Amino acid sequence: MTRADQITFDGVSKKFGENVVLDDLSFGVAAGERVTLIGPSGSGKTTILRMLMTLTEPDSGTITVDGDNLFQEMRNGTLVPAREQHLRSVRRKITMVFQQYNLFPNMRVLRNVTEAPVHVLGLSQDEAEARARELLEMVGLADKIDAHPAHLSGGQQQRVAIARALAIRPEVLLLDEVTSALDPELAAEVLDVLRDVAKSTSVTMLCVTHAMKFARDISDRVLMFNEGRIIESAPPAELFDAPQHERTQRFLRSLREES
Amino acid sequence: MNFDWQTAWDSVPQLLQGLLIALQATALGYVLALVLGLAFALARRSHQAWLRLPVAFFVEFVRSTPLLVQLFFLFFVLPTVGLELSPMWTGAIGLGVHYATYTSEVYRSGIDGVPAGQWEAATALSLPRRRTWTRIILPQAIPRVVPALGNYAISMFKDTPQLTVITVAEMLSVVKALGSQNFQYLELITMAGLLYLVAALLIAWPVRIAERRYRKENA
Ligand SMILES: Nc1ncnc2c1ncn2[C@@H]1O[C@H](COP(=O)(O)OP(=O)(O)OP(=O)(O)O)[C@@H](O)[C@H]1O
Ligand SMILES: [Mg+2]
Repeated sequence: MTRADQITFDGVSKKFGENVVLDDLSFGVAAGERVTLIGPSGSGKTTILRMLMTLTEPDSGTITVDGDNLFQEMRNGTLVPAREQHLRSVRRKITMVFQQYNLFPNMRVLRNVTEAPVHVLGLSQDEAEARARELLEMVGLADKIDAHPAHLSGGQQQRVAIARALAIRPEVLLLDEVTSALDPELAAEVLDVLRDVAKSTSVTMLCVTHAMKFARDISDRVLMFNEGRIIESAPPAELFDAPQHERTQRFLRSLREES
Repeated sequence: MNFDWQTAWDSVPQLLQGLLIALQATALGYVLALVLGLAFALARRSHQAWLRLPVAFFVEFVRSTPLLVQLFFLFFVLPTVGLELSPMWTGAIGLGVHYATYTSEVYRSGIDGVPAGQWEAATALSLPRRRTWTRIILPQAIPRVVPALGNYAISMFKDTPQLTVITVAEMLSVVKALGSQNFQYLELITMAGLLYLVAALLIAWPVRIAERRYRKENA
């Protein structure tokens, strides 16, 4: 963790009942950095992204983004649990794409993408639509603007979800196994779109994925999680080709056997 | 015992007038139940305890006490605090508030049926809470509960005879008034029963269509 980090976790712990999910976790991510989170099921990867999205609260520890403490705010000189208003302001620059896409099924594709720009960023309808068209073109769905989400394939839905997330001009993009629900071919389309995003923007990316080739291409750093702790952290070439930790070696072997 | 067709037939115009009044009370009460029920459901999902808890208490209280008692309460107590309403409005409000406690449960189940992922996506986009309700959650929650809401219109209509105790001139009170003159209750009640049946079937018709459409959409 350095002073310049955009995102910091400091001594973050989380239990669900007796289940210790995050155990005194500390790490940082620099602005514009692309970080891939890997690790066995249940090791806490999703929980970390959900905390950054303010969907799950830590039991203890501090999480900051651009120096703002996510779950606590200063009031009358003391640090108190953050209220809704504070959460709203700190999560503005963060967004997340989910494994299950979570498009709004009652809105057509274009509305899915313009809703937040109009009502969060305050763009005019025309500005928002122009930008939505650009983004939908970028994800290869210019011809689906008027479609209902239910009529799109999973891969197409996920690409709309990526366009929708980028439409709010995020500074931090969280991606939680965005291709796990997809057939390999459709997954490849989505990953190509994300490669584009990585190349053409400077957004900070935290990405949970099992797609190792993709992780290798886009990440600056890979974090290996096990039982709520980071057990290894290194650039992808190093971590994938010469893992130091026995648990990492075993995990990577199991991934390779799977694919 | 003979069934006097002539008496039965002669009673129809007056019974129809009573039916019309019953339908009017149902329409007014139902609109109130739809609006108020939604307000209750939203209040019970509020983050503000000062709003959530009193509403939860009120809903439980109204739902657990008889409609008849509530009608009496409105009819006799409201005037003593200076609120003079016509029997029709008193009845419509009584029905509306009572059924709002049922419709609020229906709305609640519809709202709970919207996947958590929809809320999470709205949060991930920083959409304001209000906008999330009006453009994302309710448009998904309400269509699926339209049949259940419709069924309460039928129930409410069948409760209109209770309004006779607060002097609303609905169909049952017409039966009583005519019967006290000619004592031909068999004919009167038979005719009233038939008219209730026809009216209930007419109300049920669009509800069944909505049900079928919903089932098809979700097939
Ligand atoms: N809301 C919750 N209530 C109870 N337990 C939870 C909840 N959310 C997560 N957990 C538990 O916390 C642990 C970590 O979950 P998390 O989803 O962060 O793991 P993950 O690393 O993302 O795993 P996967 O690879 O399977 O997605 C798991 O044991 C999970 O069952
Ligand atoms: Mg996960």
